[in-house]
This record gives sequence, structure tokens and C-alpha cells, in this order.
Amino acid sequence: MGGMNDEAADRREIEALLPWHAAGALTLQEARRVEAALARDPELRRSFEAAREELAGVVEANEALGTPSPHAMDALFAKIDHEPRPARAIRAGLFAGLAAFWASLSPRTLAWAATAAALVIALQAGVIATGVSRPGRPAPTYATASATPPAPAAPGLYALVRFSPKATGAEITAALQANQAAIVDGPTAGGLYRVRLAPGPATPERRTELAARLQAAKGVDFAAPAQ
Amino acid sequence: MSTTSDEALIDRIANGDRLAMQVLYARHHVRVYRFIRGFVRNEATAEDVLSETFLDVWRQAGRFERRSSATTWMLSIARFKALSMVRRRTDEALDEDAAARVADTADDPEATLAAADRAAVLRRCMANLSPEHREVLDLVYYHEQSVAEAARVIGVPEGTVKTRMFHARKNLAGLLAAAGLE
Repeated sequence: MGGMNDEAADRREIEALLPWHAAGALTLQEARRVEAALARDPELRRSFEAAREELAGVVEANEALGTPSPHAMDALFAKIDHEPRPARAIRAGLFAGLAAFWASLSPRTLAWAATAAALVIALQAGVIATGVSRPGRPAPTYATASATPPAPAAPGLYALVRFSPKATGAEITAALQANQAAIVDGPTAGGLYRVRLAPGPATPERRTELAARLQAAKGVDFAAPAQ
Repeated sequence: MSTTSDEALIDRIANGDRLAMQVLYARHHVRVYRFIRGFVRNEATAEDVLSETFLDVWRQAGRFERRSSATTWMLSIARFKALSMVRRRTDEALDEDAAARVADTADDPEATLAAADRAAVLRRCMANLSPEHREVLDLVYYHEQSVAEAARVIGVPEGTVKTRMFHARKNLAGLLAAAGLE
């Protein structure tokens, strides 16, 4: 009697899991348990078939809901641009780069770096003293040796693109040429490139359309409109 | 192909990486939007909720603790935002809901024609389920959320999710039988 009750409870438990089994959202262990029960219970199999049909219906119903307009993305990123930077970003900006740099140096390198820094300070002191001693001289403008003036963002439409790891150079070139696109930045850590899209009216609709066209090109894994 | 995980993207977003935000949005906005449409029928309002949801993702990324998947976390935010919006616009939402139900059950020639299609009947029956039952079907069948994840999104115990799913399926089977489908 107790055995029959256990069996019934076990069956109810398995039946409750069928929707998750149909969706592939069970652990391997649970899925095996459900599969074993399905193999010996025709009624459970019928219930599972029904679950699969329900799944197809739910997916279809969701697909029929369409997609949000590109305006939603523009509105979101316009808001983000007016947001203060996240607190963690500010902390990271101040300290993380510096900490990572120092951590990467060996003790010997650190010793050399300290000596070099002392020399630079002494040299700067000399330069400042010379400057101060010649009051009539015009103040020089400042630029680091590696600096190039920041390019103003060129007008136009942009997209983020990730190429397939197997894409050949010819495929990448063809994808860019066919869409009159040019890489302007990248790759990022995620392997994304920023590309300028074909010249023309800078409307959100056109940006979405061009990004979709690029997404469809051979050798392109991912493309999305970008600022 | 190796892609950056959602969790890694959220980590970068927490550091103010706008590009990571664009990638995360590109990956998830359609599904999140469709989940929101389960609560908010008006498309423009749903887009507003979508925008609020991802703005919260941007703001809260630093607090994401990986106790759930990124999808579960985003759906939880979307659900909260959608319900808040519905509460703010109760009258409007009720009107829309009533209108949608009338359209769902309309016995016009077009509806009769559509009824010939089994999938269409299934869709129509689902539209007549309670919001709670539709939600659990959506979370499991469309968003592929596990029992624990669906429980987290809805904010109820796992046992409740299973029970709710059981009743959702039972009610759906009843509606299908009434529509002539076994």
C-alpha cells in the first residue's frame, strides 16, 4: 500500500516536471529520471506530447508579439548618456589601472622605475627652475609625445560587428564592401569592431536596416546598431 | 564560436562600459520586450517599460551577484517594472485588457477561419488563461527558466511554481477541449 502511494507520488512529481523537460530546463539527473519514467508510462508520454505542443504554441504566440522599435534603443541610450557614471566605474577608473600596472612589475623593474622616476623629478625641477628664471618667455603648450588630437566623432551611422572566427579575409572584405562599411575601431575584449555604415540619411530606421544587412553577410556572426 | 557571457558583460557594464550595454541589449531586448507584453498590452507602453528595465540594468549592474542567471535577473527587473507600470495605469490597463479579451473571443468569420488552425486555437486559448498562468507558461516554455529560476522571477516558492504550472496546463487543456481540441 505504502509502495503504491510512493509510486503515485513519484509519478505526480515526474508529471510536474514534464513542462521543464520539454523546455530543456532540467538538470541532467532530473532529465534522466523523467526519460526513464516516460519509457515505461504511456500516459506520461501523452502528457509530455501535450507539453511539447503547448511549448510550440507559447513560442508561436510570443513570436507574434513582434519586436520593439529601434526608437526604444535610442531612447534608452539617450537616457544612459545623461546618467552619472556608475560608482564602481569611477573607483575602477581611479585605482584599478594603477593597481594592475604596479602589480605587473617585478621587484627589479620597480627598483629601476624608482630610480628613473627620481631622475625625471630632478630633471623637471631643472626645467621648472629655468622657466621661472625667464619671465618674458611665452608659455609653451602641453602635449604628450604619443598624443594625437582626439578626432571628433564623424557624422554617420555606426554598428558593432563581430566576425566569425572562421571568416576569411576575403569574406570580411566582401561583407564590408557590399555594405560600404569601414572599420573605425576595435576589436574590443569581446571581439567587437565598430564600423561606419554606408553614407546616407542618419535615421534610426536606416541604421537598423543597414546593421541587419551586415548581420546577414557571410562571415559576420553579430551586428547591431551603435552610436 | 566563443562569445562573451552575459555575466561578463554585466561586469563590464558595472564599470561603465557602454559597448557592453549595447551587446547585452542586442542579445536580450526582444525576449524581455515580449515578456513585458504579457503584462502590458500597449506596444508603446511596453517599450517604455523595456527602456526602464535596461536603464535599471545599467544602474544596478554593480549589484548583480550572480546568484541567478543574467536572464533571470533581467526578467525579475522587467516584471517589477511592468507591474509598477500597470499599477500606475490601472484603469488604462484594465481597458486594454478588456479590449484584448473581446478580440480574443470574438466569434467573427475571421476567428472561425483561424480556429481551423490548431496552433491558432492554442494561442487563443492561452490568451484566455489568467495572467498568472500565462506568465508561468511563458517563463518555462519561451524563456526556458528552470523551476528555481521561474520561482525567483515570480517571487514565490518552487513548489508554488510547479503547482501553478500544473493548474495552468489543466486549465489550458479544459479550454482546448471546449474549443474542440483534445
